Amino acid sequence: MSLIEIRDLTKVYQMGEVEVHALNGVSLDIDQGEWVAIMGPSGSGKSTMMHIIGCLDIPTSGSYILDGVDVSQMVESQLAAVRNHKIGFVFQAYNLLARTSAIKQVMLPMQYSRDGSRVPRAERRERAEEALEVVGMADRINHRPSELSGGERQRVAIARALVTNPSILMADEPTGNLDSKSGIEVMEVFHRLHEGRGITVVMVTHDEAISADAERVIRLFDGRIERVDRNGLRSEVESQKSKVGIPAQLMSDVGVVTPDKGSERC
Amino acid sequence: MLTQLGDLWESVRVALDGLLANKMRSALTMLGVIIGVAAVIALMSIGAGVQAEITEQISSLGTNILIVIPSSSGRVGNGGGGGAGSITMDDLDALSDPANVPDASLVVPEYSVSGQIIYGDNNFSVSAVGTTAEYQALYELGVASGEFFTAQDGGDKVAVLGSNVAADLFGDFDPVGLKIKFNSATSGQTTSLKIVGVLEEEGGSMFASTDDSIFVPLDTAQTRLANARNTLGALTLNRISVVATSEETVAPVNDQIEGVLRADHDLDLTDDDDFSVINQAEMLDTVTAVTDTLTVFLGAIAGISLLVGGIGIMNIMLVSVTERTREIGLRKAIGAQRSDILFQFLMEAIILSLLGGFIGILVGVGMGQLVNLTGMVTSVVTLSSIALAVGFSVAIGLFFGIYPANQAAKLSPIEALRYE
Repeated sequence: MSLIEIRDLTKVYQMGEVEVHALNGVSLDIDQGEWVAIMGPSGSGKSTMMHIIGCLDIPTSGSYILDGVDVSQMVESQLAAVRNHKIGFVFQAYNLLARTSAIKQVMLPMQYSRDGSRVPRAERRERAEEALEVVGMADRINHRPSELSGGERQRVAIARALVTNPSILMADEPTGNLDSKSGIEVMEVFHRLHEGRGITVVMVTHDEAISADAERVIRLFDGRIERVDRNGLRSEVESQKSKVGIPAQLMSDVGVVTPDKGSERC
Repeated sequence: MLTQLGDLWESVRVALDGLLANKMRSALTMLGVIIGVAAVIALMSIGAGVQAEITEQISSLGTNILIVIPSSSGRVGNGGGGGAGSITMDDLDALSDPANVPDASLVVPEYSVSGQIIYGDNNFSVSAVGTTAEYQALYELGVASGEFFTAQDGGDKVAVLGSNVAADLFGDFDPVGLKIKFNSATSGQTTSLKIVGVLEEEGGSMFASTDDSIFVPLDTAQTRLANARNTLGALTLNRISVVATSEETVAPVNDQIEGVLRADHDLDLTDDDDFSVINQAEMLDTVTAVTDTLTVFLGAIAGISLLVGGIGIMNIMLVSVTERTREIGLRKAIGAQRSDILFQFLMEAIILSLLGGFIGILVGVGMGQLVNLTGMVTSVVTLSSIALAVGFSVAIGLFFGIYPANQAAKLSPIEALRYE
């Protein structure tokens, strides 16, 4: 059974008098531990797709089974609970809270966990520190966003997405606001999490270089899946990678599991 | 239970974080509530102080004294055009008869004449109270020099001076034995009076002060200082003080007096009294009613500023919701429920108003103390005014916080995240 099973998904928005068909029957399976990129020009429905996969929105019709649970007809409060413990979001604009230390940012999702998944207070800090260590921000836990670089901010955001042990890490243009060097560093973190911890990554982007890191690229056009590219094993895309400018020395670090090494580098 | 407490603490912390992130704005928002609450506390404690002062003065009159005064609602004819002359010497005789008012221990008449008191070049206005020797016992007046006049003094031209009158006219000099002149304002006649005594200082009272009066025998006041006869030729009185034997007999004495006077004045069952009987309990009731109204009125005016403070909170909370739209979107994206967001913003509003309330109490109490320093009124901070202010400020926080909080809670996470 796949982690994500999407069947005949449609989404229709009512824009005044006009009906906008954002998605027109999309079917898609994503396996546990897969890295999928969703691409497409603006208006292709990729944002809508991300909102539905991320349980921020429900489809007009079709089914979406996440981790064995049908989430396509859930109400707001149920969706919030699913987002809380199954989905980790990373946004283009980081969306960190102003004037809040990194550690508090990362502790935030645990504050909203309910009953069964409630994390005891004492454990929250521990887990947040752990998550920050994984993204190489262990020495910056008391820094506020204004004291961090763009790349560092995005890594805090990744730690925040990670802290609840979600089934999927959803990233929306995660490097869109970053310079190329920071972008590479952030992508490395995704690689480490994906390869080291087997985390499922769903990334929405229009950047070919970014999508090249994914194992599968779903190309949307006019609300339909136009094409699916398989990038195959990592070794086979090595050459593609160097084209987009990842230095060989950094490449060798990709997939490093130990957080120690990660924090050294950062 | 423990987890619920934990939840509450959690949301208090989140709200505090939110407020501390914008210290200046939070402080200014609180200022509205602070001023409102401080005004409520200060005005209400001044009101309570005034009330306590008046109550004390009434209590100092003695708990079992009843005062009979003429009343203007009486039948015309007997008093000669109104009630001013409705109480006469006949009434005094009737009330003094133990057969009529068995529970009275003392009956003291008064007839006051206002006029000018003159000694050498000095003169000023006083009230000359014509009364009997029992007056001294009734009000427990101490004599500083000489003595109070006695029953034997009858219609003699003698006077006892209140302490202020003596001090103003003679300074430290003992005037006993000297003669002063009294120029009556009603008859215009000037009468020479021999000073037989000076009273000790009694202290102020809201009523005519003993210290500022002079005292003469009743006959002297009624016939020499003024003409106290009414149209029927009877000598009239301004007031009769009746002392009941105990606090318990105040009510029966009240009834006895009314019965005697109605019979004496030939009033029919349908006629209104042409006199009033006032006892201390009734006076307290009346005054308390007046001061209560005053306090509520002052409180209401102050309450308006509290209301304005509340609107200030709502305004800032609305701004805050708009400004933090993305934050709300993010919180929702990572799993915050509607209730989490609602509670967060509501908590912020409540903390603002509650904290403002507490600071307001301190400021209000401080203002009360400042008023005390002026010596005009002694303010009394009552627990009820504090409870009212705190209760009101929490209510303000809830009432004016709920709308912005609800606006925040119902934002769609997608829209909120997209908000620029």
